[in-house]
Amino acid sequence: MSNDMRAQPSDVVRPRNVGASIKRTEDLRLLTGRGEYSADRKPDRPLHIAFLRSGQPHALIARIDTAVAQASPGVVAVFTAESISGDFKPVIPFSRMANYYATPIMPLASGKVRYVGEAVAAVIATSRYLAEDALELIEVDYEPLGALSRAELAVADDAALLHEEAGTNVLIAREFRKGDVAGDLEAAVVRVGGRFEMTRKAPLAMEPRSYTAEYEKRRDAITLYTSSNIPGIVRDAISESLGLPGHRLRVVAPDVGGSFGSKGSLYPEELLICIAARKLGRSLKWTADRLEDVSSSSQAFAEIVEAEMGFDANGVATSLQADVIGDVGAYSIYPWTCGLEPVQVVSFLPGPYKIGSYRGSVRGVATCKPPTGPYRGVGRPMSTFVAERLMDLGAKALGLDPLEVRRRNLVRPEDFPYRIASGIIWDKTGFLECLDAAAEAANYEQLRIQQADARNHGRLLGIGIASYAELTGIGSRIAVAPGMPINTGSETAKITIDSTGAITAAFGVASHGQGLETTLAQIVADDLGARFEDVRVIQGDSDEVPMSTGTYASRSAVLGGGAAKHASRILQEKIKRVSSHLLEANQDDIEVSEGKAVVLGTDRAVTFKQIAKAVYSDMKTLPVEAREELTATYTYDPINGTTAAATHIAAVEIDPATCFVRILKYVVAEDCGRIINPMIVDGQVHGGVAQGIGAALFEELVYDDDGQLLSASLVDYVIPSAPEVPVVDVVHIESESAVAGGFRGMGEGGTIGAPAAIANAIADALSPLDIEVSILPMTPERIFKLMEQARLKSRGKADE
Amino acid sequence: MTATVSVTVNGTKYDESDVEPRLLLSDFLRETLGLTGTHVGCEHGVCGACTVLVNGDSVRSCLMLAVQANGAEITTVEGLGTPDVLNELQAQFREHHGLQCGFCTPGMLITGEDLLRKYPLATDDEIREGLSGNLCRCTGYQNIVAAIRSAAAMRAEKTS
Ligand code: FES
Ligand code: FES
Repeated sequence: MSNDMRAQPSDVVRPRNVGASIKRTEDLRLLTGRGEYSADRKPDRPLHIAFLRSGQPHALIARIDTAVAQASPGVVAVFTAESISGDFKPVIPFSRMANYYATPIMPLASGKVRYVGEAVAAVIATSRYLAEDALELIEVDYEPLGALSRAELAVADDAALLHEEAGTNVLIAREFRKGDVAGDLEAAVVRVGGRFEMTRKAPLAMEPRSYTAEYEKRRDAITLYTSSNIPGIVRDAISESLGLPGHRLRVVAPDVGGSFGSKGSLYPEELLICIAARKLGRSLKWTADRLEDVSSSSQAFAEIVEAEMGFDANGVATSLQADVIGDVGAYSIYPWTCGLEPVQVVSFLPGPYKIGSYRGSVRGVATCKPPTGPYRGVGRPMSTFVAERLMDLGAKALGLDPLEVRRRNLVRPEDFPYRIASGIIWDKTGFLECLDAAAEAANYEQLRIQQADARNHGRLLGIGIASYAELTGIGSRIAVAPGMPINTGSETAKITIDSTGAITAAFGVASHGQGLETTLAQIVADDLGARFEDVRVIQGDSDEVPMSTGTYASRSAVLGGGAAKHASRILQEKIKRVSSHLLEANQDDIEVSEGKAVVLGTDRAVTFKQIAKAVYSDMKTLPVEAREELTATYTYDPINGTTAAATHIAAVEIDPATCFVRILKYVVAEDCGRIINPMIVDGQVHGGVAQGIGAALFEELVYDDDGQLLSASLVDYVIPSAPEVPVVDVVHIESESAVAGGFRGMGEGGTIGAPAAIANAIADALSPLDIEVSILPMTPERIFKLMEQARLKSRGKADE
Repeated sequence: MTATVSVTVNGTKYDESDVEPRLLLSDFLRETLGLTGTHVGCEHGVCGACTVLVNGDSVRSCLMLAVQANGAEITTVEGLGTPDVLNELQAQFREHHGLQCGFCTPGMLITGEDLLRKYPLATDDEIREGLSGNLCRCTGYQNIVAAIRSAAAMRAEKTS
């Protein structure tokens, strides 16, 4: 393990590839149907799994009878918690956090069910159709225990307990404090506040979760192909649970069809498929159908925040306090715990602002719903929604323009590094630069004139701003999830030139759309001195590096990229040493570029292929001690991590008849440090904003009081389609960070800024009617109701 | 009771006996014929990932039974172009970064082909409308629209 201290002083001498919009390596296979997703694996005569899922929100399992199902055509086995109880150890999502209860993760519900959709039994048959047929033949007797459907009710003293052993439904509680909030609020000239809510949301990757476990008799070994973004973590957890050492358990994330967090935790089905493969000595496949995927993959948000902010007479925010209640669902997830999403809300609430005093408290409460887990932005879509609404409310009360109030409160260049109340440190980032650049790109002043004109014609036009900061590329000093014991602070690169001269760069990170095979190859090509097209990147395979975790928390460009740079440099030194023998030149006079070592100022050169031949295949060309294996491994740890920031500006118009919100303009100015591939960065921003638009306007998982999901199909759970998403203008502020390469992470940002910017724009559009926005999504139905209420209220006033 | 299904897929003729009447066309293509380029994202006709051309028209293969396709000419993403020779639309998707995870991509390409053949696609709004039955969670659609716009322009140039 090593860190930045050993970085070379000038990391990139002449970048040729980093910074260029190089076309993606992945595209050729993905465009021609040659990609391979987990469901595309074709092991020899695989068996297929279908899960019987609970229709009960909370009930004791009194009896399960599988006899008829067992005898059904094509059925090979039916498993229940009882029949596999000796085959695994439960996985515990441990954390050192105080006031936290870790609910164990079991492959199948044991003793009782805690949400609708929880797997109760698994049928294994020769085809998926036959497995699904047999599900109906399993009999389960339940004794209902009453649904816990709302977090606010589940905290009541007399509420039934979902996990009796925990002694409470509050699975996690935490508080952050800085300064004298009560005193500062007391002294504030303006106090604004409210109750803010973001409803439950599905990450909804287009590829449903899918697993193929391939059993190899000869070695009694399993390879799990999983649609996961954390194959390394999954390998380690299953290895521990099943007592299967890493050399007999390989976990591969092949092509993965998006995750956004929903494929970023260990799932019960991943345990079950490996248990079944081992028990039966067969290869198995499972792919969730859409209903299963929506109702059993980890979900997002589901938080209510009561918050208040105080300002002084100059419009400077002096104080902020918030009480968060998160509806975390039925279980804590592995490895992130149920604290991940709600605790991040209070960790990040002060955002990019210099706020004197702060108190943020949070409770994560168990309910009869699928667990919440990581979702693009984690905690920050909610914290940004709240902080940015408060900023706008403050601006209104102070008579300031929303742009001005932000300018007065953002952390200024001279204040970096700036530590916020939760201990997060912002390194130097372009907070103000993003604000100014967004305003300029949006033509903000012109927009305000346009708005005034539209208002004169009775049109509902609004402009919304959102600024935020996020911590990316987190090193070992901070655990990605609070108190979590696994190492999320480092990543390994292993670069090899083999005896044919081919270059292979292996990583533990795992791409699911980000294009890491391209961006990491760009870095390796520059720092090794190779041609881009000659570098093959392998990622997402637990056999390639000794330890890895995966891709999450906007870390792969920073950690994978940093490891790539260091390993490339080490390998380049080896190449220079070997070629100094071959070219009979001083090592310092050799330059490596374009796959060749060249003696500076001459035409004497050797190719990587010739070097490889000399090292590996010729016995006479090199002295024995000069035949160094052409490989380098480096594990990079950025220690702290680095800040990424952005400002979003949205202009919307609301149709008073249909209450539909149309987005007229959308601008993002973002700082992700040195850009590796501008085309890919823009794509990440576009996609992130589209998801944020979904969160702001459409997407909501509706659970009724019996814990039944009412919006499980894509007809009821509406995600944005092409006509609903506007063109997004992206402006880059490229301020280099202090980590290797100057990169910052940026995969999540779009989803953090968009809900807040759109919420502010809607509130601005509706301000003539004196309507505030405090819940998302703002569906036409919600807007209609708010407008109705406002009308009644103003009529009431007129009657007085 | 099983049936025999004879189809031509991407120019190759297949005669498959023992096809269950309830087998979906999407499963037939993926499991029986091993053509896994066609993806299944919802199995209820909303996401468009499973779109294929049946006798020249775009069809959701998760909403059609394999037996209904008997005698048909089918084109899937595997029939468009190869990594060495991408077809025009595939090349524009690559050029404009019209894909990230690639899961929606086969359906987007087939729908795009269908739109390009049938409509002038003069405006971006028209393209977006044409794509409204295909969901993508990664790209925010902007670069998909750009890719189709550029392919439409190239086709218009050729025919003028
Ligand atoms: S899989 Fe056919 S439309 Fe979604
Ligand atoms: S590229 Fe991932 S769903 Fe479209």
